[in-house]
Amino acid sequence: MDTVILISQVIMSLALILCFVRVVRGPSLPDRVVALELFASIVVGLVGVYAIKSGVSSFIDAAIVIALMGFLAAMGFARFLERGGPRDD
Amino acid sequence: MIEFVKGTFIIAGALLMLLASLGILRLPDLLTRMHATTKAAALGVILIMLAVAMHYAEVGVSARAFAIIVFILMTAPVAAHVIGRAGYFVGSKLWSGTVKDELRPNYDPLTHELKSGMESIENTQRQPRDTDPD
Repeated sequence: MDTVILISQVIMSLALILCFVRVVRGPSLPDRVVALELFASIVVGLVGVYAIKSGVSSFIDAAIVIALMGFLAAMGFARFLERGGPRDD
Repeated sequence: MIEFVKGTFIIAGALLMLLASLGILRLPDLLTRMHATTKAAALGVILIMLAVAMHYAEVGVSARAFAIIVFILMTAPVAAHVIGRAGYFVGSKLWSGTVKDELRPNYDPLTHELKSGMESIENTQRQPRDTDPD
């Protein structure tokens, strides 16, 4: 089981790196917002896997909070864009 | 047996997340990138949370894991809709191979008015019907 968890952590870290490339390169602000939302999802997965590995079930609460914050950040960015954010960046 | 199912779920969830980030890196424009990320990442989180619920097999932890699943299922489409709408209004460019954009000729992004394509003089006035009361 430890090997499986290690492999999945490596895969998710690779996914974080690829997602970060899009955050840096993204041609416009909505692309970066989508990438940050994916970031939050991957971090929720990493926290869930770490909850299995460490045996501390309280990490699930942290995963709930991270998912909530990702959603609220996406909503806030979308509102900011619609109410006159940067138009052609 | 349950170890095998758990391991399969964890690896499948991690691979789906890798697939989502490959999609966001490789696909050409905003809408196709969202198409890759929302579904694959949501399914990845759901599989990993199922593995957590199986690992602990307690009522409290499983309830919280299923709460995350329900939350992801409810919020992922809403967030995708809101970001896609904002991106269209801001004027993010579509891919050169896009076949059809039906909003472009009928929609005014400044006044948010949508035309139906059926506007004519007689359609602007109400036509009397037989069932109207006198």
